[in-house]
Amino acid sequence: MLERRATPIPEPAEPLASDPMVPRPFRVRRLRKETADTFNLELEPADNREVPEFLPGQFNMLYLFGIGESAISISGDPAQRDPLIHTIRAVGTVTRGLAALKRGHMVGVRGPFGTAWPVASAVDHDVVVVAGGIGLAPLRPAIYQLLAQRPHYGRLVILYGSRSPDDLLFARELERWRGRFDLEVLVTVDHATSGWRGHVGVVTSLIQRMTVDPLHTIALTCGPEVMMRFATKALVESGVAPDHIYVSMERNMKCAIGWCGHCQLGPTFVCKDGPVFPLPQIAPLWGVREM
Amino acid sequence: MSIKTLETLLTDHPFFAEFRPEDLTLIAGCGANVKFAAGESVFREGEPANHFYLLRYGRVAVEVFSPGKGPVTIQTLHEGEVLGWSWLVPPYRWRHDARALELTRAFSFDGTCLRRKCDEDPPLGYRLMRRFSQVIAERLGNAQMQLMDLYGPEDQGA
Repeated sequence: MLERRATPIPEPAEPLASDPMVPRPFRVRRLRKETADTFNLELEPADNREVPEFLPGQFNMLYLFGIGESAISISGDPAQRDPLIHTIRAVGTVTRGLAALKRGHMVGVRGPFGTAWPVASAVDHDVVVVAGGIGLAPLRPAIYQLLAQRPHYGRLVILYGSRSPDDLLFARELERWRGRFDLEVLVTVDHATSGWRGHVGVVTSLIQRMTVDPLHTIALTCGPEVMMRFATKALVESGVAPDHIYVSMERNMKCAIGWCGHCQLGPTFVCKDGPVFPLPQIAPLWGVREM
Repeated sequence: MSIKTLETLLTDHPFFAEFRPEDLTLIAGCGANVKFAAGESVFREGEPANHFYLLRYGRVAVEVFSPGKGPVTIQTLHEGEVLGWSWLVPPYRWRHDARALELTRAFSFDGTCLRRKCDEDPPLGYRLMRRFSQVIAERLGNAQMQLMDLYGPEDQGA
């Protein structure tokens, strides 16, 4: 018989202190290339105020003046929030413009917005982090928090899938994490290059190799929606309760506070009700083809 | 290793969970221990597929040979996983190459022996086909996901 489990809910977003539609000026401290098309943007406040507190999984709206805004997850450590770090893939007009910024250039920042990974509710559980591609970036703050409070959790497993070895995010950090005795890190690539000696195959194939107690496991998942759909299916098949699985969704966020409706997904607004959702709230929507 | 020990190991293995004890006695009767050194070929595309393997230790790369490019790894298999399904599907020839990436120990099962037993005992054949079709379907699904290039460059975004 299954034990009764309390359903952890995503951490609530903090009330916004100032007008959420007004961007704060931030200055580029450093822009560091992560992979061929991905970079870390480190920002510092240009208005003599502190970097706002944020929760793991939350996002900011980054405004490239004269070009436009883009919703970007915060990828830095919530305990060391200055500089404010975002890991960005240059795929559109705004993000390509952000990639061209230099030290000292200005960016507008609104946020942080949205719900967070249920790191506090996961205490005393095993935790599995399943990330695909750029999806590791929104999960990194949660990993930092889990590691900072490591004795409060059971087994901790990171499963990460990438397109190729050259596309692995935070490769040095992954190596460092893999060297820890209290953390299991499994990395796979879809397409191997010569010299790669690790796993080859989709990230869902790692789920059957994880060593956790599925009845006491919280799973945090982020990546392309197709990948999350298959990963959450594999997690459920391995015995993890659906209400212990969380996904981070991405939609066309504009206002970030649930006014404009651009990111509406069925009855939810991804910006306000998400981006982190319990699986039972999202899984039925994945089956609606018109959405 | 005695046949009895192999049979006991098969009984405990999740891959064989749906099989009956008498099936496992038959399957174990076709089994043997094998070892591959790092870099050694396990099988090659086009060769007769007369075995399947249950990996006990080590890692095997499933590869496709691409002329001018060399072997391309499409999947790695690890301890506890099954390698090879072509032995059960006509024309019984390997569809891919397989190569040990490190010292690999496995149970090897004689496919010709098992096919003969399946012909004599169709319910056993059905159970083996049903189990291996799950492996084939899972690997087909994984291959489709890899083909989708999930993490590749998106054609739109902010």
